[in-house]
Amino acid sequence: MSEITKKNLSELIDDIKAKKISSLELTKSYIKNIEKAKKLNTFVTTTFDHAIEKAKKFDNNPNFNQLLPGIPLAVKDLFCTENVKTTAGSNILNNFVPSYESTVTKNLWDSGAFLLGKLNCDEFAMGSSNETSFFGNVTNPIEDNLVPGGSSGGSSAALIADLTPATIGTDTGGSIRQPASFTGSVGLKPTYGLCSRWGIVAFASSLDQAGPMTKTVTDCAIMLEAMSGFDEKDSTSINKKKENFSKNLKDNIKGLKIGIPKEYRVANMPEEIDQLWENGKKILKNLGAKLVDISLPHTKYALPTYYIVAPAEASSNLARYDGVRYGYRSKSEKNLIEMYENTRSEGFGDEVKRRILIGTYVLSSGYYDAYYLKAQKVRKLIKNDFDDNFTKVDAIFTPSTPTSAFKIGEKTNDPVSMYLNDIFTVPANLAGLPALSLPAGLDKKGYPLGLQLIGKALDEQKILNIGYAFEKNCAYKNEIKKWWL
Amino acid sequence: MSLNKEKIKHVAKLARISVNDTKLESLAKDLNSIFKFIEQLNELNTDKVEPLTSILNQSLRSRKDQINDGKIREKILKNSPKKNEEFFVVPKVVE
Repeated sequence: MSEITKKNLSELIDDIKAKKISSLELTKSYIKNIEKAKKLNTFVTTTFDHAIEKAKKFDNNPNFNQLLPGIPLAVKDLFCTENVKTTAGSNILNNFVPSYESTVTKNLWDSGAFLLGKLNCDEFAMGSSNETSFFGNVTNPIEDNLVPGGSSGGSSAALIADLTPATIGTDTGGSIRQPASFTGSVGLKPTYGLCSRWGIVAFASSLDQAGPMTKTVTDCAIMLEAMSGFDEKDSTSINKKKENFSKNLKDNIKGLKIGIPKEYRVANMPEEIDQLWENGKKILKNLGAKLVDISLPHTKYALPTYYIVAPAEASSNLARYDGVRYGYRSKSEKNLIEMYENTRSEGFGDEVKRRILIGTYVLSSGYYDAYYLKAQKVRKLIKNDFDDNFTKVDAIFTPSTPTSAFKIGEKTNDPVSMYLNDIFTVPANLAGLPALSLPAGLDKKGYPLGLQLIGKALDEQKILNIGYAFEKNCAYKNEIKKWWL
Repeated sequence: MSLNKEKIKHVAKLARISVNDTKLESLAKDLNSIFKFIEQLNELNTDKVEPLTSILNQSLRSRKDQINDGKIREKILKNSPKKNEEFFVVPKVVE
C-alpha cells in the first residue's frame, strides 16, 4: 500500500505543486489501491484509462493555479458523467450512459481534477446502509461485516480506504453526514441551492444537495469551493458570488454562540454518544465559544415529515423510468401498460418500490390534505424553529447519528428502524440549511462517531471555521487497519 | 388508518408497478408500520399554519424564451432500449 495515498487532499495538492509527485504517479497509486480493495465493493465503474490519460496530459502541461491540480477523484454514481455509465445503484439504469455531464462534476473537472470511477450507493440514494444497491452492499473499511452508512456508502468507504483523495456525495436526509459519521470522515451538506442539482439523478428535488466528503475540514473547504456555484440550468440555484472557502478558513471562534438543542438528547441514545457530545461542547467552550441552551420543539416531527415529503417527490421524479427512453425494459411487454408495470417492477428494488408506493399514496386523491399538505405545514414549523433560534446563535451543535455503524443485515427487515438513523440529519434538509458532520471519537466497539454543526443558510464558512477549530483540538484521528489486503 | 391488500394493489396500479400477490402480505406489514410512524404528525394542530412551498428566499427565475439546444436526436435515442432510426418504439397502442 502506497504511503502517498494516506495523505489528505490538501497535502497532495501541495506535493503536486512542489513537484514532489506527478499526477500520473498519484493516479497509479490510487489505481493500485482500488484493484486490491475489490472486497469492499466500493466501485460500480472504474475509468482508469481515462484517468491515466488525463494525468499524463496534466503532467505534460501542468496548471498549478487550479484548485484541484491533477487530482484523480472518484464520485458517487448518482452524478451523470458524459459517456461513463451512471447507474444510481439501480438495475433500471444498469446500462445508462449519459450524453452530458452534471454541473457539479464539470466544476470539479474545470478545477483540474479528473474521474477515477463511479462509487456504489443505495438505489436512487434511498437507504442508510448501502444495502439497497443493485450492485450489492459496500463494506465499511473499519471492520468486515459493518455497513459504511448510506446512501453515499461507496463514497465514505472509498475515502477512508484511500481509494480516492476526496469525494462527493448527495444528501437528501443525511446521505453524506451519516456515512461520514460511520467512517470517521468529514461530510458537508451545503445550503439548498449552493451546489447545482443539474445532472444529478433526482430523488427528492426540494431536499437533494450535493456536497463534499473528505478526510479533513480543509479538504472539505477546497472541494466545496470547487463544486459549488450558480448554475442557470438549475431553477433553484442561488445566484451569488463564488466564495473562497479554503482561503478564508480561520480557527478563531472566540465569542461565537453555539446552540445546544435539548431535543437532540433522545431516549435510548447510547451513553457514549452523550459523552462524546459533552466532550465536544467542552472543546468548543475551551476555544472561547459560548454555549447556549436552545429548543427546537418540532424536532421529533422532522422524520415523519420527511417520510411524506421525500417519497412524494420521489414518486413523481421516478415516474420517468418507463422503459421507453432509457434504462431497463422488461421482456414481457404485451401492451404498453403491462410493459410499464413490468419494467418498473423488475427494474426497481424493494426499498425504492416501497417509497414510490408511499409517495403515490400520500399524493393520491382523498389523501393529499391528510398527508402531503399536513407535512408541508409541519415542515414550515420545523423551519420556523431554526429561524427563531438563529436570531440568538451562530450555529447549532448536535450528534450526527443516534448510533454508530451497525452490522450488514441488522436492520434490513425493519424499515422504520433503518429510517431512524437519519433522525438528527433530516431537519437540516427540511429547512435547507448547511450542516457539517465531523469525526469526533470512537465508541467502545471501536466504531467512529460524529458530531454535527448546523448553520444559517449560506453560512458554510462559519461552520467550516468552527469545524476547523474543533478538528485541531480534538484528539481523535482515524486509524484504519487495512484488513482487506 | 391501515392499508389493506386491495388498497395497495390500487396504489401500485397508480404507480405503474406490478406487485406479485405473494409479496402483498409483507408489503402491507412494512407500509403500515411506516404509516403508523408518519401519523405521529396528527398530534400537531396545524390549522393556522401556512404550508411551506419553497425553502429559498427567492422566487423562481424566469429566462428568455429562446432555443439553446436541439438537433441531438442521436444522443437522445442512444440510450433507448427499443428504437428505430428516428423514434422510440413502444408496444402497439392503437388497434
